Amino acid sequence: MRVIVVGAGEVGSSIAASLADSHEVVVIDIDRDRVEALTYSLDVLAIEGDGADLSTLREANIEQTDMVIASTDDDETNIVTCGTVKTISDAFTIARVKNTKYLTTWQNKQGAFGVDFLVCTDLLTAESIVRVVGLPATQDVDAFAGGNVLMAQFGVNEQSPVAGQTIRDADRFDSLTFAAILRGDDVVIPRGETVIENGDQVIVIGSPDSVRGFAMELAPGQGGNGQDVVIIGGSEIAFQTARLLEARGFHPRLIEDREARARDLAEKLPNTTVMESDPTDIEFLTREMVGQADIVIAGLDSDERNLLASLLAKRLGAKRTVAIVDAGEYVDLFEAVGVDVAVNPREATAEEITRFTRDEQAENVALIESDRAEVLEFEINADSILANRPIQESVKELPEGVVIGAVTRGNQMITPRGDTVIEVNDHVVMFVDHDAIDAVTANV
Amino acid sequence: MNVRVHWRTSVSLTGTVIKYLSVALLLPLFVALVDGVDIETFVITIAITLVVGTALERVERDDELGFREGFLMVALTWFGVAVIGTIPYIISGYGTASMLANPVNALFESMSGFTTTGATVMGDFTIHSRAVLIWRQLTQWLGGMGIVVLAVAILPELSVGGAQLMDAEAPGPGLEKLTPRIAETARALWGAYLGFTILEILLLYGLHLGGLAPNMHIYNAVAHALTTLPTGGFSPEARSIEAFSAAVQWVIIPFMVVAGTNFALFWHVLTGQPKRLVTDSEFRAYLGVMGVLSAMVAGLLFTGAGIETITGQVPPIITEAEDSLRHATFQVVSIVTTTGYASMDFNSWSAPAQYLLLFAMFIGGSAGSTGGAVKIVRWLVILKSLRRELFTTVHPEAISPVRLGGLAVDERAIRGIYAFTLLYVLIFFLGVLFVLVDMTRVQSSLSVLEVMSAVAATLGNVGPGFGAVGPMNNYLVFTQESKLLMVFLMWVGRLEIFPVLVLLTSAYWRR
Repeated sequence: MRVIVVGAGEVGSSIAASLADSHEVVVIDIDRDRVEALTYSLDVLAIEGDGADLSTLREANIEQTDMVIASTDDDETNIVTCGTVKTISDAFTIARVKNTKYLTTWQNKQGAFGVDFLVCTDLLTAESIVRVVGLPATQDVDAFAGGNVLMAQFGVNEQSPVAGQTIRDADRFDSLTFAAILRGDDVVIPRGETVIENGDQVIVIGSPDSVRGFAMELAPGQGGNGQDVVIIGGSEIAFQTARLLEARGFHPRLIEDREARARDLAEKLPNTTVMESDPTDIEFLTREMVGQADIVIAGLDSDERNLLASLLAKRLGAKRTVAIVDAGEYVDLFEAVGVDVAVNPREATAEEITRFTRDEQAENVALIESDRAEVLEFEINADSILANRPIQESVKELPEGVVIGAVTRGNQMITPRGDTVIEVNDHVVMFVDHDAIDAVTANV
Repeated sequence: MNVRVHWRTSVSLTGTVIKYLSVALLLPLFVALVDGVDIETFVITIAITLVVGTALERVERDDELGFREGFLMVALTWFGVAVIGTIPYIISGYGTASMLANPVNALFESMSGFTTTGATVMGDFTIHSRAVLIWRQLTQWLGGMGIVVLAVAILPELSVGGAQLMDAEAPGPGLEKLTPRIAETARALWGAYLGFTILEILLLYGLHLGGLAPNMHIYNAVAHALTTLPTGGFSPEARSIEAFSAAVQWVIIPFMVVAGTNFALFWHVLTGQPKRLVTDSEFRAYLGVMGVLSAMVAGLLFTGAGIETITGQVPPIITEAEDSLRHATFQVVSIVTTTGYASMDFNSWSAPAQYLLLFAMFIGGSAGSTGGAVKIVRWLVILKSLRRELFTTVHPEAISPVRLGGLAVDERAIRGIYAFTLLYVLIFFLGVLFVLVDMTRVQSSLSVLEVMSAVAATLGNVGPGFGAVGPMNNYLVFTQESKLLMVFLMWVGRLEIFPVLVLLTSAYWRR
C-alpha cells in the first residue's frame, strides 16, 4: 500500500516509522529541516511542501496513493488537506484533530469534510485516561470482542499479592490468562513455573469482571464509581476526561486557576465540582483533602506543571497519579520519578492511526509499549490454522511469542485451555510479540 | 429637567391600544342587545374609548421605541385600560344601589379585572346586568395573556420593540422567543390561550348538556372559561364555584393548572417536542408543589384538623375522602395559580389549613403563565442558590453554577431574582403596615391575618383572602385609601414591580 503522511511532527513521524517496514510511505511537511531529517532517518520519501496544495499532492503522486494521513498540529489544515485530496483522488483519508466539535460533525455524517476516518486526539487521550481510572493499578487497558474481553497491563511492586509467585500459583482467577510479562527490555512468555517478580509489567487478557477482580486484588479498596477522582487543570483533555467520567457515574473534582475557564467548565460539567484555585497551592490542596483522593489526574497545559502537580499530590498521599505528558521523550522519566501513569496524547494518536491501518488483517489491535508487542483480535475462518482443532495442536505451528488470551463465541467468552477447540466464526484475542506478527497475520 | 425618554411614543401607543379596546367592548354590547339592558352604557363607553384612544394616539411619536419607552408604555397602558374599564361600572351603577358607582370602587374592580386578581367590591351580584358582568369577566381574559402581548400580536407598528414590551409585561424573568418574529410568538401564545378557553367552554357546556351541571348554561360556561385561563377568578356567581356540581369543580382544576403553566411549553408540545413538558424543571416543581400542598390540606380536612369546628356547623367533608381531596386540590391549585376561585368557603378551615394557603399565595404559577405572585422558577433559583451558598462556605474555591434543567443560570439573572423577591416581600410588608395603620385609624376590627391575606392576595393577583375578605365576601370593608393602595399593589404585582417602580426613579427620566 502507498501511504502519504502529511505533517512530520511527532505523530506523523511515529506513524511513518511504524508503516515504513511494510508500506511505501511518502511524508509531506512544510519544514525543510524536518524533511531533511526524515530523509536520512527513515526509509520513506520526504517532500517539502503544503499538503493542502494540489501541486504538492501531485508531486507526491497522489494518483497512485491508497491512503492519506493528515496529521499536522493544526486541525483546519488536516481537514482541508483531506478535502483537497478528495477533489483529485479516491484515496482513503485519515485526519487528526484536537477539537471535538469536528468529531461531532463528522460522526453526524460520515465522510464529512472529505474525511474517511477522523481521529480526535483530545478525546482519545481522555478515553485512555478514563480506562485507566476504571481499573486500579493498571497502566493500560483495551477492550476487545465488543467489550467482552479486556486486555490490561499491570505494574507489579513488592506489595502486590502476586509478586514472587509462580504463574501456576497466581492463576487462581476465573477466565483470566497471563499473556506476557514485560521484564526490562524482554518480553517473557509465561509458563507455569515462571515467577512473577517485583518490577514486572504483567499483561492479562480476560473477561472484564475477572480483570477487574484481579485489579482489586492488586490494589484493594480502590475502583468503582465511588472512587474519589481529582482532575488538576482545565485543559481540553481534562474537560473531556471529566465528561467521560461523569458519563460513567463518577463525581470528579476539577481544579482550574483561570476564572473564566473554571466558570465555563462548571457550566458544562453538571456532576463535577469545579474549583478555582492555583493547583499547586499546598494549603488549598490540603484543605480540600486532595491527598485522600484515590486518583489524581494532572491535565494542565504544561508538562512541568503536570509533573509538579502529580508529585505534590502523591506527596500529600494520593493513591495513584496520572499525568498528561506532551513531550513523548518524558514519558519514561515521569514514570521513573513516581508518576504512576504517564499518558502521551501524540502516542495515543499515532497508536490509533497505526492500529487503523492494521485493521485489514485483524479485527482490532492494541499496541503494547508503543511497538514491542501487540494484542490482536481475529475472526476465525475455515482457512485459519486454528480452526476446528484443539489449541494444543495448532499452537505448535505458531511461532514463539504467541499466547491465545481469550476466545469468544457469540457473546460468550471461553477461557482457552489446551483442549479448547476453536470453531469457525469465533473471535480470538491473542498476545503477539513484535517479531511474530507477520507469521501470525499470515496464518490465523 | 432634560427628559431623555421619548414619552410621546409611549403615550401614543397607549392610545392605540385603548382605541382597539373598543373592539373588545362589542361582546358586552352584544349581550346588552340580547338582554335589552345596559345598551346605552356600552354605546357610551365605546364612544369614549374611541375618542380618548384616538386623541392619545395622535400625540406625535418619536420614532424610537427602546427599553425606557417600553416600560412607560406598558405601565401606562395597564393603568389606562383600567381607568377606561371603570366607565361601564360607573354609568351602569349610577343611581342604583351598586357599589361600583363609586369611582374608587369601580377602579378597584377594573384594576382587579385587568390584572386578573379577582378581588371584588361587588356586594350584591343580582343587581348587575349580564352585560356588565361579562365585561367584568372579559377584562380578566384580556389581561391574562396580556394586553400588550395581544397588541404586539396584532399591531404591525409594534414589530420592532415588541420584545422589550413583552419582556416588560410577561410574568417571570426573561422572555423566550419561540419564533424569529416576535409578533408570531405573541400570536402563538394567544392562540394557545384562545384554544384552551374554547376547550373549557365546550367541556363545561358539555357537562351541562350531559346533565352533570344543572346551572352551567352557556353564559356561565363562557364566563368561567374567560376567568379560568387568565387565572382571574371573577365568577358571576357570588358563591364562586361552590355554586356548581363536583363534576364542574373537577373539570376546572386541570384548566387552572394549564393556566399556571408556561404557555411556551404548550407551543413546544404542539410543534413536536412533547418531551419538553416532562423535562421542564419548573413545570415539575410546579406540579410537585401543588401535589404536596394538596395532600397536606386534604389530610387536614379528612381528619377534621383542617376544619374550625367552633362555628358549630358540622362540616360535611370530614372523613369524606372525595370531598376532602377535591376541596383541598381545588383550593390549593386555585391559590398557587392565583386564580382565586373557591369550591367552598375556606373561612371555615382551621388556622393550619389557612396558613398553608397564605403560604401558597407567595408561590405563584410558572413564568410565562397567566398566574401571578413570585413564580415557581424564582423560588427554585433561590433555593438552589442558597444550597450553593452552603456548599461554597465549606469549599470557598468551588465554582458551582445554579442549574435549571441542565442549563446554568446567569449570575446577573440570579441577582435580579433576589432583588425582585426581596422587593416583593418588602412591598408586601409595607402594604400590610399601611393598611393596618389605616384600618386602626377607622377603628376596624380586622385581624392581622385578614390584612396580610388581603395585601398578599392583591399584590399576588390572587383575589380572595381570609375572614372579612374571604372567597364569599368582598373588599368593601376597606377604606378608600386602603383600596387605592391595593389598586397600586395589583398594578405593580401584575407588571412584576420593576416596570412601574423604575418610573419612580430619577435615573429613568434623566440621562
